[in-house]
Amino acid sequence: MFNTYRRGLFILSFLAAPVTLYLVYVISPYMQAFYIAMTDWRGVTATPNFIGFDNFIRLFSDGIFWKAVTHNAALLVLLPLLTIVIALFFAFLLNVGREGQGVAGVAGSRFYRVVFFFPQVLAVTVVAVLFQQVFRPDDSGMLNAPLMAIGMDPVGFLSDPDIAFWSVLGVMVWQAVGFYVVLFSAGLASIPRDMFEAAQIDGAGRFSLFFRVTLPLLWDTVQVAWVYLGILALDVFAIVWVMTDQHGGPDFSTTVMATEIYRNAFQYFRFGYASALGVVMFFFTIGFAILSLRLSRRERIEY
Amino acid sequence: MTTTSWTVANSRSLARRERRRRLGPLSILTHIALLVWTVLTVVPILWTFLASVKSEEEIFGDAWSLPAALRWDNFARAWEQAQIGQYMLNSVVVVSFSTFGTMLVGSMAAYVLARYPFRGNRAVYLLFVSGLAFPVYLALTPLFFVVQNMGNVPLVGPFIGLNTHAGLVLVYIAYSMPFTVFFLSAFFRTLPTAVAEAARVDGASHTRVFFQIMLPMAKPGLVSITIFNVLGQWNQYQLPLVLLQERDKWVLTQGIADISTAAGYDQDWAALFAALTLAILPMLVVYTVFQRQIQAGLTAGALK
Repeated sequence: MFNTYRRGLFILSFLAAPVTLYLVYVISPYMQAFYIAMTDWRGVTATPNFIGFDNFIRLFSDGIFWKAVTHNAALLVLLPLLTIVIALFFAFLLNVGREGQGVAGVAGSRFYRVVFFFPQVLAVTVVAVLFQQVFRPDDSGMLNAPLMAIGMDPVGFLSDPDIAFWSVLGVMVWQAVGFYVVLFSAGLASIPRDMFEAAQIDGAGRFSLFFRVTLPLLWDTVQVAWVYLGILALDVFAIVWVMTDQHGGPDFSTTVMATEIYRNAFQYFRFGYASALGVVMFFFTIGFAILSLRLSRRERIEY
Repeated sequence: MTTTSWTVANSRSLARRERRRRLGPLSILTHIALLVWTVLTVVPILWTFLASVKSEEEIFGDAWSLPAALRWDNFARAWEQAQIGQYMLNSVVVVSFSTFGTMLVGSMAAYVLARYPFRGNRAVYLLFVSGLAFPVYLALTPLFFVVQNMGNVPLVGPFIGLNTHAGLVLVYIAYSMPFTVFFLSAFFRTLPTAVAEAARVDGASHTRVFFQIMLPMAKPGLVSITIFNVLGQWNQYQLPLVLLQERDKWVLTQGIADISTAAGYDQDWAALFAALTLAILPMLVVYTVFQRQIQAGLTAGALK
């Protein structure tokens, strides 16, 4: 009896702090957000007016909101696609890419892995400021200097509304690839070597070694990567807010849902409207998570 | 003597010839592809380092020119005027406390949830793990007011309200819970139960078993997740942006972002590059030393 009491006390004492912190700072704000989304709260009045779904109705006729959603959707498709293709290619070269008999990575594969991964360690804000300088629109920009040296017009990487979005995507891919090279390498390392050797003995070249052996065996890891990158694409904030002109510009050509939430809440003080945007973003994220869980049910290859 | 050295030299040249024979066109393409990405990764960072010792005029001149003299005073200005030193200290203080707190309460919760069946265990676990799916932006506005209201709590209020480091530390701990609990409780489940049971029979308390037996056994998992949390909290930008609005309290990411966004004609570009370098170099050093652990720590979640 005394023991049960002690056990209960132990459980309570160990859970008290984490659960309290979590309820106060995480769960309660999420709950409140759904309510605030149905008010016209701007932070001045003590009691916000309940206005039902007005914020959402306004949201759906808001052109900037749709621009933001379009950019998130484009990132959702392009970021995983580009990152995974590039990372798979490099992971393959680094682990099974050596020509000739036997299965091994190319020379110096450890060095490449270490270098490729480094951007992942940097803060997104640091990367954003760094590329702001790299992308400068005149010959003081790292990329434009050589372009202008060979007589081309400078590219407005961040100032041209038609190009700015691609610059954001490029930087995101730049930072993400190394992480997935390491992830896929770890996946490849857990596949028995004889799989590749057997295929080689049967006469498989590097292309069929990649498409017929590596890719099917790595499929699980690729799916995990897809989900991670999808979340990254939906959650993007700092790179757009810090790197682009006018925090999502020029002319909202790079804006995303997260930057619009921040702008509406902390620059326009439209707390209700910002929360409504947050609710929509929440459903997009949950929708993506459920969809990817559904689609990823596929037969596993046992080895 | 001569025969052996001749044999060694001969076999070496044979090996070399063999390697060259293998280096077909595909291999050359392979190395070119790898080198291109290496250059893409390294050059922007090196270019930043280079610009950090240039003068203002040189920075606005040709991007690829070399500096006439090394302007180390850029670093002094970044450290003092741009307050990078202060921001870095703030980041160190915040992340030290928040990571320690995250690991302490996170491992406590994970351990109890993994090893002690009780009514509601599953519900508490799911409550924590559900946080993995929520976008933080939904909570941003109410969180601002929650922290503001915490400032009105008697006694501790002034220490944990808006614009306080302790307040940010608590928020970091709370938002690190989902992944920490998810990862560590899975880890605690894989550990053998026999040792803990033996200690219990010998009369050790639940608390003592946790701190003296289970935590040391869980060290590999703890190291991975500590690295994950240190980097995640060090690089966090969104939460401090909302919760710390007084300049003196800012963390490093805010400081770096501000030098570039608060652009004006009196902008100190040389100091900006020096500040960037100051933010990158420590990460480079830490990464070079611990790259194996860092790669393992950051990819740990995805491999589970």
